[in-house]
Amino acid sequence: MKKTKLLSIIVLLIGFAFLYAPIFSLIIYSFNESRLVTVWAGFSTKWYVELLNNEPLLSAAWLSIKIAFFNAWLAVVLGTFAAIALVRFPKSKRKQTLEVMTTAPLVMPEIIIGLSMLLLFVALKDMFGWPENRGMLTIVLAHSTFSMAYVTVIVRSRLKNMDRSFEEAALDLGAKPLKVFFTITLPLIAPALAAGWLLAFTLSMDDLVVANFVSGPGATTLPMVVYSSVRLGVSPQINALATIIIAVVSFAVLVSGIIMYKKEQAQLKRHI
Amino acid sequence: MMPQLRLKLRSQTIITAIPTFWLTLFFVLPFLFVLKISLSEAALAQPPYLDLVRDVEDGLVTLKINFANYLLLLEDSLYFSALLGSLKVAFISTILCILVGFPMAYAIATADKKWRMPLMMLIILPFWTSFLIRVYAWIGILKSNGVINNTLISLGIIDQPLEILHTPTAVYIGIVYSYLPFFILPLYATLVKLDRSLLEAAADLGAKPITQFFTITLPQSVPGILAGSMLVFIPVMGEFVIPDLLGGPDTLMLGKLMWIEFFNNKDWPVASALTTVLLIALIIPFIFMQNYERKVVDDI
Repeated sequence: MKKTKLLSIIVLLIGFAFLYAPIFSLIIYSFNESRLVTVWAGFSTKWYVELLNNEPLLSAAWLSIKIAFFNAWLAVVLGTFAAIALVRFPKSKRKQTLEVMTTAPLVMPEIIIGLSMLLLFVALKDMFGWPENRGMLTIVLAHSTFSMAYVTVIVRSRLKNMDRSFEEAALDLGAKPLKVFFTITLPLIAPALAAGWLLAFTLSMDDLVVANFVSGPGATTLPMVVYSSVRLGVSPQINALATIIIAVVSFAVLVSGIIMYKKEQAQLKRHI
Repeated sequence: MMPQLRLKLRSQTIITAIPTFWLTLFFVLPFLFVLKISLSEAALAQPPYLDLVRDVEDGLVTLKINFANYLLLLEDSLYFSALLGSLKVAFISTILCILVGFPMAYAIATADKKWRMPLMMLIILPFWTSFLIRVYAWIGILKSNGVINNTLISLGIIDQPLEILHTPTAVYIGIVYSYLPFFILPLYATLVKLDRSLLEAAADLGAKPITQFFTITLPQSVPGILAGSMLVFIPVMGEFVIPDLLGGPDTLMLGKLMWIEFFNNKDWPVASALTTVLLIALIIPFIFMQNYERKVVDDI
């Protein structure tokens, strides 16, 4: 028994070293004075200063944040509808179709999604004159199409595992289904909606391939800027950007972890 | 009761119809356009192809289907090599994910209850930071004057830097690194639910731990392994960013070729034909996934 425990610890240590080495190297080199990754030339925050003066990068970041924000709301609404249909409704042909449709975007290579969406937008413009020009709107539509599939997975598992007795009680007492949904179901699945929202936001902020296909001239997102500067060679500013992203994400995870922990503790106290 | 029931059915129809309509319009329908453009001729126009149905003079409508793009894919061995290359990279990456991911998922699933959640959080955490930037981080680690080579040289283990970046090895490192959480998640969900009583019974009957693992644990975790494998194999087939940034000229994959055809050569019909080929190649693993995903995705 002892031997397997030790083996487990060794496996996890190696695995986590592999997962976190690149992240730590980014953080360390973001404070390096030198342009080269090879030499440590002393501590400096100059890359951060440069980053904050990098106008194109900042405006691309702002565009990405806006797109991610709208995409997250759209994906949560669509994904929740799909999750409710898949968990709560009786078996039917239509449900099976929706089932296949919501799992396909999870694995579909981005390159296929990107090209097919672009061709759709081109054809729509040809036929109806809409979307007039490609940019923020087309990226939001494309992103929410694959983000909603992820939201569906999260909300679905929450709906499956939740206690339905509150809803049933409210229905027995004569509340209308719509009212039950808004006063009881929605608060109960709220954590899953929040997680889905954040995941959709992250997926959108992260996407290079799909956005590159469906955006038009004048709409450059943050990943596009990062990609072109990486193609041109190593740029220490990207390290600084990465460190900021990592800091924000870690902070968010820490806060949500503390909130969850406190909730659990409070629930345990109530049971005693 | 009757009108109420009808109301319920109607609201069910509406709730199902909204996401179904959205995905039909933005996910299914676009594939038909890919197919259509792949059968058209490239042209110097905006958009750069000729329509299949053309109104030629005297109101004579002609339908021109052009198989030349597909014939080109067959003629030029480059495209066939790219398909094989994609299959090879996806297959080897999946095997590597199993070798790296299974021990990790197993170690977490068998850890103390209070450790499981934080350990899984640690697996998922890197996934929340930009994928593109994490791939970029590997450039700094792998390049000839990068972290690995510098460390090895300063320790005196090697005197010439190893060529890792822009080789297939770098591509595999990048892919396994990026897709590992996708593999571990469904596998962990399966492993955590394994029936312990069988193991105890086997132990009582004198089976050694190794025997227990191969006769009980491994067969029971097959659905999880397959679900995780599909989550790696299918998207990797069309992967573009990793082979582009970490691979070299000898890493030929469909995704990269299609990107070049589309953005550099502006040849939309050939890019569409390549995409159609990729889609057809993915249909079999996708159907395979549908069967297993039912069992696993529900538990996450």
